[in-house]
Amino acid sequence: MTADRAALVEARGVSFRRNGREILDQVDISVGLGEVVTLIGPNGAGKTTLVRMLLGLLQPDSGSVHLPSSVCVGYVPQYVHFGPVMPMSVARMMALTRRPARVEIEAALEETGSGHLLEANAADLSGGELRRVLLARALLRSPDLLVLDEPVQGVDYLGEADMYALIAHIVARRGCGVLMVSHDLHIVMAATDRVVCINHHICCSGVPQEVVKDGNFLHLFGSRAGVVTAVYQHDHDHEHGLSGEVSATVRNSHSHAGAMGEQNGSG
Amino acid sequence: MVLDDFFIRSLLVSAGIGCVAGPLGCFLLWRRMAYFGDTMAHSALLGIAVGTLLGIKPLAGVFAIAFATALLLLALQKAVRLSSDTLLGLLSHSTLALGLVILAMSGHAYGHDLLSYLFGDVLAVTWSDLVLVWVGGFVCLIVLMQVWHPLVAITVHEDLARAEGAPVVRCQVIYMLLVAGAVAAGMKVVGMLLVVALLVIPAAAARSFSRTPEQMAMLAAVIGIVSCSSGLLSSLAFDTPSGPSIVVVAMLIFLASLTVRPLTRAFGSRQVRSS
Repeated sequence: MTADRAALVEARGVSFRRNGREILDQVDISVGLGEVVTLIGPNGAGKTTLVRMLLGLLQPDSGSVHLPSSVCVGYVPQYVHFGPVMPMSVARMMALTRRPARVEIEAALEETGSGHLLEANAADLSGGELRRVLLARALLRSPDLLVLDEPVQGVDYLGEADMYALIAHIVARRGCGVLMVSHDLHIVMAATDRVVCINHHICCSGVPQEVVKDGNFLHLFGSRAGVVTAVYQHDHDHEHGLSGEVSATVRNSHSHAGAMGEQNGSG
Repeated sequence: MVLDDFFIRSLLVSAGIGCVAGPLGCFLLWRRMAYFGDTMAHSALLGIAVGTLLGIKPLAGVFAIAFATALLLLALQKAVRLSSDTLLGLLSHSTLALGLVILAMSGHAYGHDLLSYLFGDVLAVTWSDLVLVWVGGFVCLIVLMQVWHPLVAITVHEDLARAEGAPVVRCQVIYMLLVAGAVAAGMKVVGMLLVVALLVIPAAAARSFSRTPEQMAMLAAVIGIVSCSSGLLSSLAFDTPSGPSIVVVAMLIFLASLTVRPLTRAFGSRQVRSS
C-alpha cells in the first residue's frame, strides 16, 4: 500500500448529463486510506454513475476524477448474474482477472467466512454467500481501496449486521479505504467515518452524526430516517465519544428500528 | 465401408470446424447472443453477393460482411434507442433481402449455388479448403485462448472486468472476428441456415457435464467434432443431406445430455449433503 494518504480517489466538481437529464451536478467526493465513506441517496440519485466515474469506467462531462495508477481498487459490483448456461465454480470465479495461487484463494475466502464454498457452484450461492465470495475476490488483489456497491444486496436483515461487521473488521485489519454505496441508512451510518448524501448534487456530507441533523438529509429521507439512524449511531457511541444517554433503550429497539429502516430503504 | 477421397476431405473439414465452433459458441450462450450469431449468418448471403460483385472469393465476402454486421450491431446497440431484438430482426432480414436482390441483379440465378449456400455442400470441399479450414481453425483457437480469460471476466461482469484492466472492446471485436470466420467456414459444412446450430448446440450439450467455463469449452469442441463426423457418416449411411444430418446428430447429443443432467445433479447434491 504505497498510495497517497491524502486521497486514494478523488472527484472534483464532476457533472454528467444524459438525454437532457442532469445525472450528476458538481459533485465532489474523496476517499482516503483507512477511511470508510458511505455514499447514500435515493434510487436514481446517480450513485452508480458516480461510482463508475470513480472507477474510471465513465468520463464526466466536466470536472475531474483522480485515481492514481498506484492505487489498487477492489470492486464489488451490485449485481453479478450467472445464467443457468454458465458453469462457474467459486474457485474459478476467484481467478477471473488474475490467477492467484490456491492458498491465496483459500485464505481470501476464509477471511470473509466463506472458505467452505470453494468448490460450490456460484449460481447456487445465496445472496449473502455471493456477497462474501465477491468481497473475497476483491480482497485477493490486496486493494488500497474497496468499492462496495450495495454490499448488503440480497442479504437478509440478520446477515446485514454481520456483513457490516465483516467490512469493519477488514478495514481494521488491512487499513484500506472503503467506498460503500447504499440506499439503506440504518446500519451503514454506524460503521462509517463520513457520509456523502447525493441526489444528483451533494445534499450534505460529513460525519454521520452531523448528516442526520442536516435539513437536506431530513428533507430527502424524511425525519423518520433520522430517528432510525440516530438509534443505530448510539450503538457506536463508545467509539465516537458522543453522549450515550439512550444506549439502554437502543438495544431493545433494534428490530423495531430495522423494520423502519427497511421501509425507508424500499420507499 | 470404403471411404472415398472426397469423403475423407469433408470429414476432416467438418471435424475441424466443429472443433472451433464449439468453444466459440459457448460465449454466444453465456452472453445470450444466439440470435446475434443468427444475424451474422443471415448477412452471409449479402456477403456472397458482395464477394461475387467484387470478384473475390464468396466466403471472403461472407467473412467481411458478417464481421461488419456484428460491428454495426454493436454500434447501433449503443447509438439507437431500439431494443436488441428489434435491431437483430432488422439487420438479419435486411441483409438477407439485400443479398438476394443484389444476386438477382448481378445475373446470378437462384440455382444449385443458392441451395449450397443455404444448406451447405461439404462433399464439394477441395484440398485447399481443407488446408484453409485447418490453418484458419488453428489460428482461431490460438487467438481465442489469448482472449479467453478477459472474455470470461467480461461475461461475468463487464464493469468489473473493465475496472480490473480487461481490454473489453478489443476482446469483443476479436470475438466478433472469430465468429465471422466460423460463420464463413461453417457455411461450407451446414450452410447459412444451420451454421448457428454448429455454434450453439454442441456448447449447449456440453453444459450438463461442466463445472467451469473451460471444461464446457473443451467438451463443446469434442461434441462439435463428434457431431460433425458422425453426422457426416450417418448421412452416408442413410443417404441424407450432410449438413442437416450433422445438426440432427448434434441435437440428439444435446437431448442425451439433458437426461444426464438430473443424474449428475442428484449425485452432486448427495455429495454436498454427505460433506
